[in-house]
Amino acid sequence: MKWNGWGYSDSKFLYNKKGQAEFTGKRYRLSGMIIPGLREWMESTFGANLQHKTPAAPILNSSAVQPPTLNEAFLKELKSTGIPFSHDAEDRVFRSHGHCLHEIFALREGKIGRVPDLVVWPNCHNDVVKIVELACKHNVCLMPYGGGTSVSSALECPPEETRSIVSLDTSQMNRILWIDEKNLTAHVEAGIVGQDLERLLNESGYCTGHEPDSMEFSSLGGWVATRASGMKKNIYGNIEDLVVHIKMVTPQGVIEKSCQGPRMSTGPDVHHFIMGSEGTLGVVTEVTMKIRPMPEYQKYGSVVFPNFEMGVACLREVARQRCAPASIRLMDNEQFKFGHALKPQVSSIFTSFLDGLKKFYITKFKGFDPNRLCVATLLFEGDREKVLQHEKQVYDIAAKFGGLAAGEDNGQRGYMLTFVIAYLRDLGMDYYVIGESFETSVPWDRVLDICRNVKARIVRECKDKGVQFPPLSTCRVTQTYDAGACVYFYFAFNYRGLSDPVHVYEQVEHAAREEILANGGSLSHHHGVGKLRKEWMRETISSVGMGMLKSVKDYVDPNNIFGNRNLL
Amino acid sequence: ARAKVNQKDFSTASLKDEEEFTDILEERRCTTDLGYALRTFNPQPYKGAPSSSTSDLKKAVLESQYLRYIIALETGSSVEKVRQEARGILEEMSHNLQLGFIRLMAYTVNKVFKRLFRSIYVNMEGLNMLQQAIQESPVILMPNHRSYVDFLIVSFILFTYDIPIPVIAAGIPLASMKVVGEILRRSGAFFIRRAIGSDKLYWAVLSEYVRTIVRTGCAPLEFYVEGFRSRTLKSVVPKLGMMDMVLEPYFKGEVFDITLVPISISYDRVVEESLLALELLGVPKPKESTTGLFKASRVLQEDYGCMHVNFGRPLSVRQLCEGKINRSEYNLIPRDLPQRPSTEIQDCVNWVAHLIVRTQEEGSLISPWSLMACLLLQAPITTLTEEGLQWHGLTEKTLWLRKLVLDFRGRLNWPGEWARWISKISIYFNYTDGDPASQDPLSPEEGVMRTAAAVLMLVSYRNQALHVFVRPGILATLFSFFCFLRDVFANEFIFIPGRASQVTDFAEACSLLQKCGAVHMSEQEVTVLETGLEVLSFLQKLLQPFLDSYQLIFRYLCENGAHVFTEKQFLPAVQNLATKLILSGKTEFLSSDTQKNVLSALRRLEAVTKLRA
Repeated sequence: MKWNGWGYSDSKFLYNKKGQAEFTGKRYRLSGMIIPGLREWMESTFGANLQHKTPAAPILNSSAVQPPTLNEAFLKELKSTGIPFSHDAEDRVFRSHGHCLHEIFALREGKIGRVPDLVVWPNCHNDVVKIVELACKHNVCLMPYGGGTSVSSALECPPEETRSIVSLDTSQMNRILWIDEKNLTAHVEAGIVGQDLERLLNESGYCTGHEPDSMEFSSLGGWVATRASGMKKNIYGNIEDLVVHIKMVTPQGVIEKSCQGPRMSTGPDVHHFIMGSEGTLGVVTEVTMKIRPMPEYQKYGSVVFPNFEMGVACLREVARQRCAPASIRLMDNEQFKFGHALKPQVSSIFTSFLDGLKKFYITKFKGFDPNRLCVATLLFEGDREKVLQHEKQVYDIAAKFGGLAAGEDNGQRGYMLTFVIAYLRDLGMDYYVIGESFETSVPWDRVLDICRNVKARIVRECKDKGVQFPPLSTCRVTQTYDAGACVYFYFAFNYRGLSDPVHVYEQVEHAAREEILANGGSLSHHHGVGKLRKEWMRETISSVGMGMLKSVKDYVDPNNIFGNRNLL
Repeated sequence: ARAKVNQKDFSTASLKDEEEFTDILEERRCTTDLGYALRTFNPQPYKGAPSSSTSDLKKAVLESQYLRYIIALETGSSVEKVRQEARGILEEMSHNLQLGFIRLMAYTVNKVFKRLFRSIYVNMEGLNMLQQAIQESPVILMPNHRSYVDFLIVSFILFTYDIPIPVIAAGIPLASMKVVGEILRRSGAFFIRRAIGSDKLYWAVLSEYVRTIVRTGCAPLEFYVEGFRSRTLKSVVPKLGMMDMVLEPYFKGEVFDITLVPISISYDRVVEESLLALELLGVPKPKESTTGLFKASRVLQEDYGCMHVNFGRPLSVRQLCEGKINRSEYNLIPRDLPQRPSTEIQDCVNWVAHLIVRTQEEGSLISPWSLMACLLLQAPITTLTEEGLQWHGLTEKTLWLRKLVLDFRGRLNWPGEWARWISKISIYFNYTDGDPASQDPLSPEEGVMRTAAAVLMLVSYRNQALHVFVRPGILATLFSFFCFLRDVFANEFIFIPGRASQVTDFAEACSLLQKCGAVHMSEQEVTVLETGLEVLSFLQKLLQPFLDSYQLIFRYLCENGAHVFTEKQFLPAVQNLATKLILSGKTEFLSSDTQKNVLSALRRLEAVTKLRA
């Protein structure tokens, strides 16, 4: 894993000696391929230039890391439990951040702020109970750490924290404890990361179907703590629909329900205090989740629309008829072009001829404006016959909104991009380009307005803040619900000529969030609040709502042992 | 304090002084009218606008969820009947903009304007900014309204410079003019009834119609925020109904931004000047009619000098409202349903409307004649009607006033041969020698009426310059009040006597208030700071008892009615009155010391005199 960028060390984008972009490694479909269009896209979209590089600091300079503040009494008792721990600088720095732009940018520059003083690796629920007891006894600050994929500054150590900060890394708690085939549930330790969970369940013929974009690295406990959402939620549901039982260790003891009934009317659901608590109340140790038999058949698909408005109208109709496939996403024109730029070099003349023909058909024959058209990617799952039937239904609806089926390949590539796009940010950062994504959920009637207004706001703010080049400001609709949709924004710009690019970035993102809220969007659909969006919590959930959450915190953790200061 | 800063930014945002104005009639006089009317017209529209016809617009309005909701609420008659009624309202209202008629309009207007005016000056920089703005977001054109001539001037200019033709809000009487009404409708006018009152359906159709135009950006929208033609030529306090409708799409996030363009139209002479004065005297305005229009065509024989159309800097509603409102109040009710805006939003709309009118004022050009009217009105009426004024003295004084206007950052329209021009037009104002045509002696009533009409006409022209003077004017009044109070209190407190020390005292007061942070004075303005309210209110309350006491005694003296009194009677009587008031909680205290001071002050001011016993 990289210490100052996204993902695996062997996988990254770079420009080879010929100046062509390529993606290294063997892990992804795109790995080892040349991407001929990327350079031109980067140059034309951002005004980036291969001559202007901003390389990252190659290795961590341990001397830049502050020596740990250790609580000797705590340490002594911890040693006696036999739970592994470390205060090695690298271990501590690795767990001091998520993947917000400012966090990665600082690491690349070799700037290290407050980091945890100690890392512990509990191996099971009981280890966690012991650690939390010791932390309470010695007044040590605990910060749970799962996959480290947070994009809400949730893992940042509060600079004002004077106690010793202990990062509680759940990665060793990664077993499936049992599978209940009669009830189709699995009891899993919360430290397991998404792809391992799916792989292990697949071996028994099952899956959870929970596939957030970060599933390669994010953990089950993290999903619960942030109210995660998966790409295929239309079939499997979001995390709150998937969870049957949760066990969490808090300073007041362990909280769990006494049975596994599928639904209960026993007052407010205590699971909802846990889900979204973002590590402020305790550590989720074990979760019972619904599982499903693996789908017999999967099929990707894509539809091209003449413009974004038609695309949104189509998604709305699909939601109205409640016939959304496992996943349906609509990219705007800029993202469509971006996806296009990421097409790997094609090996045969025939494929490139076919591509040319398709393009001709869509733009010339059908009269789509290449600067307005947009594309929806689809994923169908289930038994073969139903998938084909379902597919036809969706394409029929799409046709009513001017949509043209554009093939499985485009669809599949769209989903692959989800996994490589985070790598791409590192490439951008090598060449003065910084960016990030953020999301919201919004009622259907506001989807178009919020997309247009937020994108326009980003462009205007960049201009006002002195950004010299036009920014990339793009969005996609990634989830549909009965009453609204989840919208994802990508925003990036070339920061050459700016003295404090991260500050400018943060100002623009802040303005974009204000715009989202003014346009009836939510504070977050699934990224969570962390510390990044805390300032808007009160207006989001009202003062009474804040009081409710605070009183829970005050009861469960009066000494603020779980002191990451997220959310409230 | 923040709002204050904004205000300043925007008021200085009006165009700079060294504006280049271009006479657009000059070119018209060199080309044929027909060739001009048939020129290729190829404007750059708003980038997000769909190419929609007027029937699309009507359909969108009728089928809107908002209207359906309102129709469903109208009980009493069947839904179909209400819908029919709504359709009728819309038919009566809606514009039918057609390029062919724009050409016809341009042809006619061009002919008429060439006759009426020597020049029509337009600031090209403002026009260029407008052209840019129109492509970026929906644009609202907001001219001031001084004359019927305003009505098509903006369309005429935009047609000339390849900028999309606006749809214009007009009063319904214009629609009922035969043929002309229809021509106006096809030139982009849409018609609004006067006195809509509580007709909910009418409001609904109108507001949905306006909002749909703004939301889709299908054409720039032009309306008079003052609501109607100013009969006094002084700006009218803005009406908020249209303003509300126009801004709502921004508040509800239906558009990213809306651009407001204040336009200041200034005339050397207003075509309907004689009508205005009569109207103000109660002679009813002639009903708008086509025959009336033809009768009025005699105005074509007169010289109305120049017209200036000053396109102000486009204002972004988004920027104007920044920090003033929280748009999330619209998050909880479907945007298609009517929602009463919060006071915060209402205040903001009101502020924007006033800001626009202020900007119009700042952008308008003051003519020498208007300054002269200011001076003439300060002379006694008899001087005007009988004795007359020295022409030379008057021009000297006008030049002095010109400098004052410039110092006050007013904008002038000062032609080189201004004095000659005035002497030429002033014969229309027969205030000195009566009507030369009639030799019959006038009855006294007629004479008064005639004088009144002339004076009111003068007042109208003076009013065009008032906005430059009103603020310093109030301060001047304040200064004299300062001196008065200082004088009254001279027995109570120590003031160094003499005129020079009056000014020093005033300056000292200002500088002290500034020093303690109560007010902020910069080159441009004096601001009362948030932090200063405490100081100001303390100071006011500190002096209030003195003011009360003095007032009490003055009141006693006025009400008592006795012209002569002795100090012995006076003191207990006042004390008595004071006690009553203290008991009812209306005043604070009254010491005999104060009473004595008041008497001394009154004597000093020669309001009372002391008779030797």
